[in-house]
Amino acid sequence: MIAVVGRLGRWALNQLAVGVQVSVLMVDTMSWLVIAPLRGKGFRFRSAVEHFVEFGVRSLPIVGMICFLVGVIIALQSSYTLDKWGANRFIAALVAVSAMREMAPLMTAVLITGRSGSAITAEIGTMKVGEEIDALKVMGLNPIKYLVAPKFAAMVLAVPCVTVIAIFIMILGGLTASVLVVGVDSRVYLDMTLQSLAEKDLVLGLVKSVFFGIAICWVGVYRGLQVEGGAEGVGRQTTSSVVTSIFLIILIDLVFTVLFYFV
Amino acid sequence: MMTDTHEPIIEVENLVVRYGEHTVLDGVTFQVRRGEVFVILGGSGSGKTTLLRNLVGLMRPDSGRILIKGEDFTSMNGDDRIELRKKIGMCFQGSALLNSISVGENVALPLREHTKLEDSTIEIMTKIKLELVGLGGVEDYLPSELSGGMKKRAGIARAMAMDPEIIFYDEPSAGLDPIVGAGIDVLIRKMQETFQLSSVVVTHEMESVKAIADTVCMLQGGRVVGIGSLEELERADHPYIQQFFARRPYDEEAEDSAYARALTGLD
Ligand SMILES: Nc1ncnc2c1ncn2[C@@H]1O[C@H](COP(=O)(O)OP(=O)(O)O)[C@@H](O)[C@H]1O
Ligand SMILES: [Mg+2]
Repeated sequence: MIAVVGRLGRWALNQLAVGVQVSVLMVDTMSWLVIAPLRGKGFRFRSAVEHFVEFGVRSLPIVGMICFLVGVIIALQSSYTLDKWGANRFIAALVAVSAMREMAPLMTAVLITGRSGSAITAEIGTMKVGEEIDALKVMGLNPIKYLVAPKFAAMVLAVPCVTVIAIFIMILGGLTASVLVVGVDSRVYLDMTLQSLAEKDLVLGLVKSVFFGIAICWVGVYRGLQVEGGAEGVGRQTTSSVVTSIFLIILIDLVFTVLFYFV
Repeated sequence: MMTDTHEPIIEVENLVVRYGEHTVLDGVTFQVRRGEVFVILGGSGSGKTTLLRNLVGLMRPDSGRILIKGEDFTSMNGDDRIELRKKIGMCFQGSALLNSISVGENVALPLREHTKLEDSTIEIMTKIKLELVGLGGVEDYLPSELSGGMKKRAGIARAMAMDPEIIFYDEPSAGLDPIVGAGIDVLIRKMQETFQLSSVVVTHEMESVKAIADTVCMLQGGRVVGIGSLEELERADHPYIQQFFARRPYDEEAEDSAYARALTGLD
């Protein structure tokens, strides 16, 4: 019994320590992102743009392909039920709403986690193992400013931007499947889609995706900074980065879904 | 040799550093005089890297003080630390060049960050620093395209970028073949002589010590067991120093029984 309490206590303390470390990281990043540029201490704009291209633009092929297929899947799956009621034209509404509110933000975030969240951890972890982070510090360069702030800005912008494109492609996937497989008239489908596009759904999707971006970047950076002891440490933290990040994404998704359910 | 000034540039007083329960540095005290090559010598695990990390401010000691140019580096924070760091250069054991940017950009990095110099000026200064360490013309290479010895040299060039007053080297010739290693030793000496640069070198290689040291500080198990010129240490009658200098292995029997005692806790 005492052992259990002891272990629980230690676990809680560990979580608290992690919480404190992450908060310090957040405050640091935000200050280098917001306050320092105002005081003329500079923000590495070019690096941020390069990262935006890497996180956002380069993820478009895979995000596009996956989201098209998910659009097809949603259309066919919903036809399974809607067909019984002769309501196949409502497929369009289902695809549009679930793409905006749920599937496009989620798929985009998960894919960018796999592509870039892991890459951030691996990059920072390798730099830590190679004493590159220490070298930055000794040279009087702040690693948060030099490494983290540009990645953070890029990620927080890239995820919502890619999400918007993902929404369109998913709707396109739904349209393709409905027209070719289910036999819905394409004009009816488009009309239905336009009717069901609501600002509120888009806002929910995009707000979520901003938070997904924050989670992906911070988990990636935090795990990278935690790397100890050589190449296998990098591997371990990279795996853990992806798992933690996806877990947080689902958690954030849940919180927003519940919030918007009552709004 | 540089013994004309006796003013200390670094003063370490009673430094204690622990990793958890494990005391790695236990009351380390010494002084480094301006313009000398000060060698910290010790076996693997004796705490050399830890000591260096404290000296450059990557770690804070559990107790004790480090004065650099008379200023207490240990209790300093924020901007003052950054100011002081501009006067310090450090060469890491694995050279620690940023792998994603070119060698030239690595050397230019501190200049871009801390000075308002024009790009063209920075470019010229980078070239000069690289030529200084015998690496003229490699500025567009990536670090991964250089050999081990060249990386070390590039690391030195980067450490020299801001014209520091003190330079720290962690195992500068470790992992290099003897000829390349000797080349690095010559370079360390050349830097010190050309710029009156105070140099602190961590090493476990006797050959390097003979080539570069003005003062040697012998570290064993986190304590200073001897300090002085090479000749003085050679005459010292401390058994560990004699053993280290003669490159004699541990007395295996004694070590085995000590190991058994450590395992069992019995005498
Ligand atoms: N980050 C760390 N955490 C715990 N122990 C460490 C750490 N770094 C070094 N040590 C321990 O401190 C001792 C001294 O290490 P170090 O300063 O690297 O020695 P050296 O550079 O002389 O080989 C070793 O016993 C090592 O195991
Ligand atoms: Mg070492």
